[in-house]
Amino acid sequence: MFPKGTKRKFSDSGEEPVSSGDQVPAAPSVATRSLTSSYSLQRQSLLDMSLIKLQLCHMLVEPNLCRSVLIANTVRQIQEEMTQDGTWQIMTQALAAAQCPTDRLVATEVLCRQTDAAAQAGQSPKPFSVGGLEEGYHAEEVVMEGDVETEVTMSTLAPVSPQLSSASYLAGPFVMGPCWDEDEEEEEEEEEEEDGECEEDEEDDSEDCVSEGEEADRDHLSPDSRTGEQVFGTFEIKHPAPPPDPALEELFSDVDPSYYDLDTVLTGMQSAPKMGPYDLLESLSSHGPTALSSSSSCRSDLNELDHIMEIIVGS
Amino acid sequence: VYTYITLRDHRARTWDSLRFVFLFPADIISTVEFNYSGELLATGDKGGRVVIFQHEQESKNRPHLRGEYNVYSTFQSHEPEFDYLKSLEIEEKINKIRWLPQQNAAHFLLSTNDKTIKLWKISERDKRAEGYNLKDEDGRLRDPFRITSLRVPVLMPMDLMVEASPRRIFANAHTYHINSISVNSDHETYLSADDLRINLWHLEITDRSFNIVDIKPANMEELTEVITAAECHPLQCNVFVYSSSKGTIRLCDTRAAALCDRQAKFFEEPEDPSSRSFFSEIISSISDVKFSHSGRYMMTRDYLSVKVWDLNMENRPVETYQVHEYLRSKLCSLYENDCIFDKFECCWNGSDSAIMTGSYNNFFRMFDRNTRRDITLEASRESSKPRATLKPRKVSTGGKRKKDEISVDSLDFNKKILHTAWHPKDNVIAVAATNNLYIFQDKIN
Repeated sequence: MFPKGTKRKFSDSGEEPVSSGDQVPAAPSVATRSLTSSYSLQRQSLLDMSLIKLQLCHMLVEPNLCRSVLIANTVRQIQEEMTQDGTWQIMTQALAAAQCPTDRLVATEVLCRQTDAAAQAGQSPKPFSVGGLEEGYHAEEVVMEGDVETEVTMSTLAPVSPQLSSASYLAGPFVMGPCWDEDEEEEEEEEEEEDGECEEDEEDDSEDCVSEGEEADRDHLSPDSRTGEQVFGTFEIKHPAPPPDPALEELFSDVDPSYYDLDTVLTGMQSAPKMGPYDLLESLSSHGPTALSSSSSCRSDLNELDHIMEIIVGS
Repeated sequence: VYTYITLRDHRARTWDSLRFVFLFPADIISTVEFNYSGELLATGDKGGRVVIFQHEQESKNRPHLRGEYNVYSTFQSHEPEFDYLKSLEIEEKINKIRWLPQQNAAHFLLSTNDKTIKLWKISERDKRAEGYNLKDEDGRLRDPFRITSLRVPVLMPMDLMVEASPRRIFANAHTYHINSISVNSDHETYLSADDLRINLWHLEITDRSFNIVDIKPANMEELTEVITAAECHPLQCNVFVYSSSKGTIRLCDTRAAALCDRQAKFFEEPEDPSSRSFFSEIISSISDVKFSHSGRYMMTRDYLSVKVWDLNMENRPVETYQVHEYLRSKLCSLYENDCIFDKFECCWNGSDSAIMTGSYNNFFRMFDRNTRRDITLEASRESSKPRATLKPRKVSTGGKRKKDEISVDSLDFNKKILHTAWHPKDNVIAVAATNNLYIFQDKIN
């Protein structure tokens, strides 16, 4: 009945707490809001649903910017209301207390896409930067090499304090990043729900990736984390290894110490908060304090990378 | 518009099913547009094809029947592309088609996908030169030494051939997805709008365009609003409007500044605080904006309603029509299945006395602005036998469902009518229902 194969019936049967009346009640006063548990349940499920949608939108070939913005605004609105209620802090504290090992927290760049100029084959995850937090989260490195099946390696630090860990990404100005940003691949990001974007595509070289942090994030946001886990499961980053292009390999065969860096930059992947050349161009002017520690070194490589890109693209 | 039979009105009209066309199952129609005379109807689909229908001449024997629409030309407008730099596929789906006013025997239209706009020339060829000296009729070269006399080639009639050729390609000007194109009344320029920017082009110049609106924030994290539609004023070539995802419309004057970031007029209806919900912003997002033919009014379509605005009054619309208010209590489900993000279009009739827009379950709605009557019709094979009269439909919202009514829960949300078009002069409408195109006319009793 529904385009996306939603299982839920289109009736307000009210069996599940989520759909207890499809109606989201008109905003009652703050006092009454916190009292109505069904309202807050609905609101919570709406929040979860929205975050899943934002996550899923990373899987699309080209996320619809309008849709992403509207969903993000909805999440922000919920967050603001919950902050007014005081339920936001309560929730984050509860989650912080009950959370799993902190190394599953993420405020990182999860590389789910390569902008590989030479890759005719399929979609690969999009570089996604969540970095820039002052708490000193490490960037997550996704190592993807030609023929090697890799896993997501999380080099996350424990956050400064358990309190901060959840509060920092949940509170504060709500930021939804590259979900809608095609040309700016690095964003200040405090919301890890965007991590581990997966991209499903119908082509042969499909790569699935998700970070374990994602599951944890789902846990953090909602006591009922099953939805998130069901959605994301446990994926590994697999590089299905398109047959290596001899020309390409030859091109890079003697670029060694930074072979890895060059490769990752060209393929849009970052180690530490570096950006791809074209992302850098776009965001140089627009970003304020970013996590770009190596931006200056990147800039100098730009011309060289430009040149190489031209060769690859054959323009 | 007179769309149902009332015995009281001797001039009552009924809507007929004139013809419907079945397109390939794989292709979903993504845009429908009549040309200025109404003689041609262009459709674009998800596969990047454009199919143009032509209105046949009415036969003299049966003047009460309008002519039929038949396929006039088919061509592949856009092909799928791959953006290597971003590793993204660029869809070939035709987002919009806009005709240019006809200036000679050929027809011109603009078609666009997410990234590239193309100007197509559609011309007829019904004559062919015969009697060449150097080659035979089948094209083989003749031996020059065998030629004993010269002749002048003669134009002979041939079967009509309609050719479409791309005359201009306007590319590389949009980072984001193009949602609108609109030909200016000067017939020399046109605008194209994506999520964050609007560009002004000259039809003759493809290597550059002017950026006239840019709402991209310096910091993308601050992005909360996008452009959803834009249109040039039908009479004043310096005026255009664009709508946003927050339910606002900005009218801009290109004489004021090169970059029209500051609007001349700002249209927004104050929100009704009693109906506020988490979905308020989403359902207020405007999916389409259309000027009336007179240029005095404009119409906007949001998720649940259509609003008519007087350009002289910015603080609220002059008319509001509820398209499917029964969905208001279902917004949560519609948000879940993404239907709440569906972008419905709307259109005026030629005299601006009626407006039309689509809904779900292959329903579409018409509103008569003068009589305030409205009707719901269905575009479906079962109810659309040729020459059969369309029966008005009704959705029951209460508990008790009358016969012939359909309950809200039975609506098929996969069958959505997003694209409709109204003939500029006659009461002929084109309705795109997924992969079927329906053309209805009214029949004067």
